[in-house]
Amino acid sequence: MPPNAAARSARATSTSTARRRRPAPDTTVSSAEALGFYRQMVLIRRFEERAARAYTEAKVGGYCHLNLGEEATVAGLMASLDETDYVYTNYREHGYAIARGIEPGRVMAELYGRSDGVSRGWGGSMHMFDVASRFMGGYGIVGGQVPLATGTALAIDYRGGREAVVCVMGDGTTNIGAFHESLNIAALWSLPIVYVVINNGLGMGTTVEQSSAEPELHKRAASYRMASARVDGNDPEAVYDAARTALAGARSGKPYLLETVSGRLKGHSVVDPATYRTKEEAAALKAADPVAAYAVTLHDRGLLTDESIAEIDADAMSAVARAVEFADASPHPDVSTLFDYTYATPVPNDSRRLPGAALYPAPPRPGAEDAGAVRIGAAR
Amino acid sequence: MSLITYRQALNDALRSEMLRDEDVFLIGEEIGQFEGSYKITAGLLAEFGPKRVRDTPIAEEGFTGAATGAAMVGLRPVVEIMTINFSLLALDQIVNHAAKIYGMFGGQARVPMVIRTPGGGGQQLGATHSQNIELFYAFVPGMKVVAPSSPADAKALMLAAIRDDDPVLVLENLSLYNTKGEVPDEDVPGEIGRAKVTREGSDITVVAYSRMAAVALEIAGKLAESDGIDVEVVDLRSLRPLDRDTVIASVKKTNCAVVLEDDWLTYGIGAEIAATISDGAFDWLDAPVRRVAMAEVPLPYAKPLETAALPSADDAITAVRETLDATARRR
Ligand SMILES: Cc1ncc(C[n+]2csc(CCOP(=O)(O)OP(=O)(O)O)c2C)c(N)n1
Ligand SMILES: [Mg+2]
Repeated sequence: MPPNAAARSARATSTSTARRRRPAPDTTVSSAEALGFYRQMVLIRRFEERAARAYTEAKVGGYCHLNLGEEATVAGLMASLDETDYVYTNYREHGYAIARGIEPGRVMAELYGRSDGVSRGWGGSMHMFDVASRFMGGYGIVGGQVPLATGTALAIDYRGGREAVVCVMGDGTTNIGAFHESLNIAALWSLPIVYVVINNGLGMGTTVEQSSAEPELHKRAASYRMASARVDGNDPEAVYDAARTALAGARSGKPYLLETVSGRLKGHSVVDPATYRTKEEAAALKAADPVAAYAVTLHDRGLLTDESIAEIDADAMSAVARAVEFADASPHPDVSTLFDYTYATPVPNDSRRLPGAALYPAPPRPGAEDAGAVRIGAAR
Repeated sequence: MSLITYRQALNDALRSEMLRDEDVFLIGEEIGQFEGSYKITAGLLAEFGPKRVRDTPIAEEGFTGAATGAAMVGLRPVVEIMTINFSLLALDQIVNHAAKIYGMFGGQARVPMVIRTPGGGGQQLGATHSQNIELFYAFVPGMKVVAPSSPADAKALMLAAIRDDDPVLVLENLSLYNTKGEVPDEDVPGEIGRAKVTREGSDITVVAYSRMAAVALEIAGKLAESDGIDVEVVDLRSLRPLDRDTVIASVKKTNCAVVLEDDWLTYGIGAEIAATISDGAFDWLDAPVRRVAMAEVPLPYAKPLETAALPSADDAITAVRETLDATARRR
């Protein structure tokens, strides 16, 4: 479906409160910023669709979780950050990495497991990391990033810095112990951090209501006397504004819990057909598609035309095509680099043995002048 | 050189690293106001203030993870986990995060963090407070694990651990805290990844670490006197990386070995040492490698039961004698 048609059909079938039209936007977002959001959202949409295809072509291995349906949140949230701020996310992070300014080619190359991938092919879909953009990692263990992000906020505070940390997680993650330990610590120590809960209504297939005794997740902040808000995650401008407010608080030592509400358009990961969802649910999600909806909004505001919508889409398609080309051309990591990243500080006797190798290769014979003293560790 | 306790040696190392490097800070439960459950951090809050000696809520996963996240951007946290038993609550942050971050992100972020924590039973603390589960961490590539047995090594390895850019678990031991030894006054970091022959001998190799390495020296002295047995003691000091070559070199000299360990036998550190010897010195062996290890039970509270379950100097002596008997039959 061409984007404009998608936008129209979205408008025609819209019942979602998420898409209540605002003729005159009560936001700080300028026209240029709004168009920037839209471009970003379309790029992420096209990138993720292409990643799914690459997965079915067996170019991508492992698990692969997509940001489809989360584009508005990604765009609004990432735009609210300063360059020096730190971002932690879960495994559903391709879009965040791209919006943080990492070349889509390097993100795709990581999916392909190539040496030019953001994590040099060591992380894969779930573990993207980039020092330069302070993108501090996607994490595959649910909740794993939450204490880490809190610690980075502690380091900022320790050094008297002005930066802040944004820690992105899913709704399901608010039931993990580490979430509560971390919020308590951040509030106690007045750390510059914003916890962002992406409420897409589901863990994998378990609903928020089935898993959270307080399903209005932002309210959990109350236990830690932490400020919080819930915002429409399908509206990039609302997310942007809410995130700016949250960040301003965080920078003055008031950590914040921001809940964004949006839908997950496909399965939990690429291989999940989401059969637990009814036809009606799927249709409603499609109707609330944030990319299509935002196209309509900007069209109504006179910022987009049918032509510019098509142009933006074509740009995104070619950016994604370039990313795939880059990934495909990037070399696989050389097996000789297998032991390069076990330790940052070289240490004697670290094992560099491949699975089939004997620990002491030359079969030692008694009397044969210390023949057995073949080194296994590369003492460096 | 000064004659000081293992506890004092640790305290000296922490203090001196905090003076040397502003980025070094301590974080853990009851380490400030209370000065540490075992008083390793005594005086440090008063000297350095709450920013550098940070009392935490009882949230092992939260504060160990926070320390990791602080280390990722260049601070050098020293985490105290009150005893190694409680580290299980931080297992995810240690094993799935601290130990993985350098490799999983292709070498882009380092985790210069120390976790210091005592193991050890024998204090009638019951099953949940008396474990020796250092193996859990020594099993994991990306971690470094050291287990000093003397005050001098405690200081040297703590200094090395703090200056290292990888997560290092420093295994302390409840029953070593009050032991005394000569410790250099100056700060000389030890080398992680190296064992040490702490007593040279020609008859049998005894391999041990932490508390049992001290026991090994004790029984070596006794056996020399009582039986005229010349024991060589290899103190592993580093459980990961493991210095296999020092063990192998010793066994090639003595042709037999006993491993002393405070953990459980099955799958334990001693099993790894025995396998190493089988790999590297099979043809030199005159007897099977013997292991002295804790009885495989949740450690009971009642004193006679606890004592029976824990490896003792007498158990070690028996194992050495029996191993030498076995070699005599073969030689
Ligand atoms: C500790 C842990 N438990 C279970 C899983 C398996 N798992 C992966 S994603 C997921 C659901 C997480 O839901 P949510 O936090 O809402 O994030 P979403 O996937 O919806 O973005 C589960 C259970 C895991 N990765 N880590
Ligand atoms: Mg979810």
